[in-house]
Amino acid sequence: MSTQTEEFEPFNTDEIEVTRPDTVTVTLKTFRFNAETDYLPYYKQYTMEVGKDELMLDLLNRIKWEHDGSFSYRRSCRHGICGACGIKVNGKATLACKQNALELVALFGNELLIEPQSKKRAVKDMIIDKKDFWDKHAEVKPYVVADIDPHPEHETKQSIEEFNKFLDSDLCIQCGSCHYACPVVEVNEDYLGPAAFNAAYRFTVDTRDEAGKERLELTAQMGQGVWDCVKCYECAEACPKDINPIEKITKLHNMQFEQGVARPNVATKHAEGFLRGLKKYGYLDEADIVAYSEGYLGMYKHLKTAIKMMKAGKIHWHSGIPFIDSVPKIKNLDEVQKLIEISQTNTL
Amino acid sequence: MSTLKYALFTGCTAKQSTPELLSSTLAVAEKLGIEITILEEASCCGASHLQDFDEFLAHVLNARNICYAEKLGMTMITICNTCQLNSAMTKHALDTNPELKARVNEKLAEVGLEYKGTSEIKHFLYALIDDYGLENIKDKVQVPLSQFNIAPFYGCHNIRPSELHHDANGGENPYNPTSLDRLIDALEGHPVDYSHKNKCCGFHVELQANHTSEVLAGNAMIDAIDNNADLMVTPCPLCHLKMDTYQDDVGKVIGRDIELPVLHMPQMVALALGCTPKEIGLNFHVQKATHLYPETA
Repeated sequence: MSTQTEEFEPFNTDEIEVTRPDTVTVTLKTFRFNAETDYLPYYKQYTMEVGKDELMLDLLNRIKWEHDGSFSYRRSCRHGICGACGIKVNGKATLACKQNALELVALFGNELLIEPQSKKRAVKDMIIDKKDFWDKHAEVKPYVVADIDPHPEHETKQSIEEFNKFLDSDLCIQCGSCHYACPVVEVNEDYLGPAAFNAAYRFTVDTRDEAGKERLELTAQMGQGVWDCVKCYECAEACPKDINPIEKITKLHNMQFEQGVARPNVATKHAEGFLRGLKKYGYLDEADIVAYSEGYLGMYKHLKTAIKMMKAGKIHWHSGIPFIDSVPKIKNLDEVQKLIEISQTNTL
Repeated sequence: MSTLKYALFTGCTAKQSTPELLSSTLAVAEKLGIEITILEEASCCGASHLQDFDEFLAHVLNARNICYAEKLGMTMITICNTCQLNSAMTKHALDTNPELKARVNEKLAEVGLEYKGTSEIKHFLYALIDDYGLENIKDKVQVPLSQFNIAPFYGCHNIRPSELHHDANGGENPYNPTSLDRLIDALEGHPVDYSHKNKCCGFHVELQANHTSEVLAGNAMIDAIDNNADLMVTPCPLCHLKMDTYQDDVGKVIGRDIELPVLHMPQMVALALGCTPKEIGLNFHVQKATHLYPETA
């Protein structure tokens, strides 16, 4: 065995230039509120010189250390792993310990609006009550459910391929960035939200887990489940760990069909019903998709809209009767019909 | 400037409930000397709902659409944010996953097509701004929109996820988008600054989660109105349908009277370029924008 010796060149201290980092004057318009003493929240401005390497967490520290010791926020690891320091800056979900401050100045200008992830859940300044987040997260059983032999004689092995299925979703640090960026969470208190769905996906595709079907049933429920997702991609944008929760939401949708969990309802029929127009015209049949998804009784509530649309000329009358064969056809429709025939993998 | 040529993927709504979107797009192209070939072979993009049902099939159908733009050797332009998203998602998936591309091409071969990945896909908004150029548009303005406060409503699927759209949308930042504001400015209108400009309209859950849908649309419209908007403009016909067709219902849920005409982006440009009311097709709106052409009111 040969040994290698590495030669280190000593630093030439003459070459190191000592320069003060460039700083920018930044005003932090900061949300302040103490649920115990304040009737309403208010905003306080703190102006400081910010260096190019400072993180948003550094600025929160400086508010507390240099301006007002009562300023409150959660922080712990300072390394993007504990998930405590999630805030919003100018509406952008931000993990304070991972976000360079001057990057946000470049995006939003010299005045930054510092707010908690959810103003209506504020307890003290940046600290919010995350109860809804934790309750919903727990509801999907975010752990491996399995009958485990207390005295195993072999390891429970997983292939790299099996492991890779949930690798990125396993990186979730429960910071709540996606959950409180989701507009549905704000208007529908039953909705489980992107972080819970990501956790549901992560354990459902784990080969050691046995509660997959139960999680798929849970996330298939109208109101709380994935069918209430508005597809705004706010969660994908918000995640500081690049998990892309909506991609997992789409996978949960797909798995509901693959594993026979999806039951015919307005949402599942709306997804599957796209094929009806595609087969017949190559386009979505806008009127048919409503009738098919809602059922003919459910159509009743869309009557008023239909009349409004008809009055405005939005519904065409090619055949003389509105709604019947009123959709134009694409060229080479036979190709689409053939491709559906040979490529369709799911059924309802 | 050499003539810009694009393959236009119309999507379903421009062929059905929003014919004014297609006519105004073609009118803008004609005024600016942009050559457009309509992809009459292109099918529905799946609108993210077919993707929920059968992701592979959705990739196959979207790849087929892109094949027809590739055959013409042109950039494919879209006039619907959701068409843009789903086409771009398929392109990204196929261009980065050779195994998936091979599986999709195996199916496409059955109808004599092959997806190569040679055509770019971009929304007409960004073709106008990044290819044609705002300065050049500015030169062609005949009817400045200086009387109007116009609220830009960006629509999710042009700006998020930002990594997917980065190369096609001029690197627009989803938390602070500027393209529509700059376009309004170039047409001499007054862009309305309001916090819901980059938020969701709720269209995609119109059927299954109606309340959510109405509240999201309502929040955005109220915010625009409270910031003195005379008009709203959007590059997405689904946002348009939600906010135009369901405006009364949204108002009832929110508890406010809402009267806010919602223009398609090409309608606004066409208006400033001096197009006729017929070309713009305002008659197809439920909430009529009669103040744009007082003589027709």
